[in-house]
Amino acid sequence: MSTPLANLATSIRQNRAFTGAVLLLVALFLLYNVLHPRGFSSAVLIQNANESVAIVFVAMAQTIPVLLGGLDLSVGAVMTLSACIASVLVNGSPLQIILGMLVTLLAGTAFGFCNGLIVVYGRLQPIIATLATGAIAMGLALFIRPKPGGDIDGDLNWAVTNSLWDFVDTYGLFDADAAWFAPVAWIPVPLLIILVFGACVWLPFRRTVTGRTIYAIGSAEGAAYMSGLPINRAKIAAFTLAGFFAACGGLYLAIQTASGNADLTQAGAYTLNSIAAVVLGGTSLLGGVGGAIGSLIGALILRVISFYFRILSIDPLLQPLVEGLVLLAAVSLGAVRVLRIRNRLDLFR
Amino acid sequence: MPSAFSRLRPEDKPVVISAAFIVVILILGTVYTLITQGSAPLFSPNYLLQQLQTGAFLGIVAAGMMMVILLGHIDLSVPWTLTAAAMMATAVGGEMALPTGIAVGIAVGLVNGLGVAYLRIPSMIFTLGVDSVMRGLMVWHTGGFAPQDQATPLMRFLAAEKLLGIPVAIFVWVLVSLVIVTILARTAFGRSIYATGNREAAAYLSGIRTRWVIVGAFVISGICAAIAGILLAGYSTKAYQGMGNAFLLPAIAAVVIGGTRILGGQGRYVGTVVGVTLIVLLNSVLSIMQMPEAGRQVIYGSVIIGMLLVYGRDKRLTG
Repeated sequence: MSTPLANLATSIRQNRAFTGAVLLLVALFLLYNVLHPRGFSSAVLIQNANESVAIVFVAMAQTIPVLLGGLDLSVGAVMTLSACIASVLVNGSPLQIILGMLVTLLAGTAFGFCNGLIVVYGRLQPIIATLATGAIAMGLALFIRPKPGGDIDGDLNWAVTNSLWDFVDTYGLFDADAAWFAPVAWIPVPLLIILVFGACVWLPFRRTVTGRTIYAIGSAEGAAYMSGLPINRAKIAAFTLAGFFAACGGLYLAIQTASGNADLTQAGAYTLNSIAAVVLGGTSLLGGVGGAIGSLIGALILRVISFYFRILSIDPLLQPLVEGLVLLAAVSLGAVRVLRIRNRLDLFR
Repeated sequence: MPSAFSRLRPEDKPVVISAAFIVVILILGTVYTLITQGSAPLFSPNYLLQQLQTGAFLGIVAAGMMMVILLGHIDLSVPWTLTAAAMMATAVGGEMALPTGIAVGIAVGLVNGLGVAYLRIPSMIFTLGVDSVMRGLMVWHTGGFAPQDQATPLMRFLAAEKLLGIPVAIFVWVLVSLVIVTILARTAFGRSIYATGNREAAAYLSGIRTRWVIVGAFVISGICAAIAGILLAGYSTKAYQGMGNAFLLPAIAAVVIGGTRILGGQGRYVGTVVGVTLIVLLNSVLSIMQMPEAGRQVIYGSVIIGMLLVYGRDKRLTG
């Protein structure tokens, strides 16, 4: 009976927060380009996309523990650790570069795996366990890179921080000026990286038993346990995947800035912003509702808001205040729920 | 004495274990100084008092944080509440410096409490938003520079002077602690905090006005952060940007090491005091050993994990 259109309508009704986030992002981005003095251009899009990749990955990383009803306070630190590892390893011959990238991703993933082991077998609350492991990750990052700096392959930096045309041109994959390639040549590589990872890792994962179990744990852990779902495996997988996404963010950040920097403040800011992005993207901090794609949107909203300060003549001193007010206003929209509640006991979930 | 240990009440275990660990830290540090310098400064009263003086700032922040954590909430707005209180206090100056600083704390606490209790927004994200708004306000107020206003003589006295050979800041910490202990153990409000932290719906049905309890706890947290800010400004003679950043995570860690459950409803104040002492002494011993920042972070994280693995584990899930 269900037509595609009806399915879409149901999907929108069931994902109000996500739909709202998408509409907000589209509106913000359109207005941004209308107000931009030079209008929409590929160059601006590339720059915007570049500055968004790290926070998008960290926000996606944060989503998965949040879906469990937990929180990962180490995502920023794991991202920093990965960036520092990458700043040492990603150079040399093509084989060495690829190996370096793999080691970077593996290190972040392994760190996430350890988080998962501590949470599951140590039976510690995720928020406090990751607070501690975050400090350990920062310590390791400082061991690797006591001072900011690094050596990243220049070609790689150029290729992944520009348009698809530059990517093909840098590595001479084929004739970059070919007619069939022209329609897609302007697409920024960073945007593709986000989309490919979002679609090829998260979407298949959430359909697996492990993925569904994460949602089940977030909704009602006792019920999930009684239904015989693999609780431990799902929790470990959630933190491992969080480590993987954080490592992706760190790897990209290192390639983009051609350096690694074990900056405690920056790591903390990324962690806190990731929580904000997760909430903006419609994932409930209580767990069980939402998804990494929502957080991707949420992180982009945060970034687009900060882009506005460049094109509007707002006093730069007001920038942190406006950002804070926007964040507060956006999360306060969640209070609409309170008005719809009929039984007051439902407030105390 | 395993039998004596197992007879301890569960909420006392963290206190005993952390206290024992403090002794271990002191002994290890002393062994190190005896070998390298041939002296044992760690056990001199002057040194310990000096450590407790710097620990007082963290201790006061942790006291307020504990009230919020007992409810199962968290206050991430501490860094800039602390900074804002310090900046406002020094900006106003004179006799009104202290009341102004504390008023800032009360105001932030009220906003936090109303947002969490009435709008029902998770404290994790609401206080984070309030923190960035406070940061925005302070950047706007100071123009992004370190403010030039000096701390008042009274603030200097409270933070840096000595009375009877003991730093005044320690007296302030003791005073705050007495107030918090009295609230938690002797007042209906204190008992309501535990009840609400355990199960808010049940507390509500037993006639506790849980929303006011939440607002009250956040106000106390705001006041504590403000007091710490005023003291810190007095200690360093002026307020500066980001002066509160170093307090948030250690405060949470101290509360949790002291045995307060991060989900709320359980915890003793003496545990928080022991937790603060542990963190402060650990830091100072590591700096005596001239441990680089990297090693400090790793040890710091490992200690938290290790302590919690000993006594902070959740019950096994049984459905």
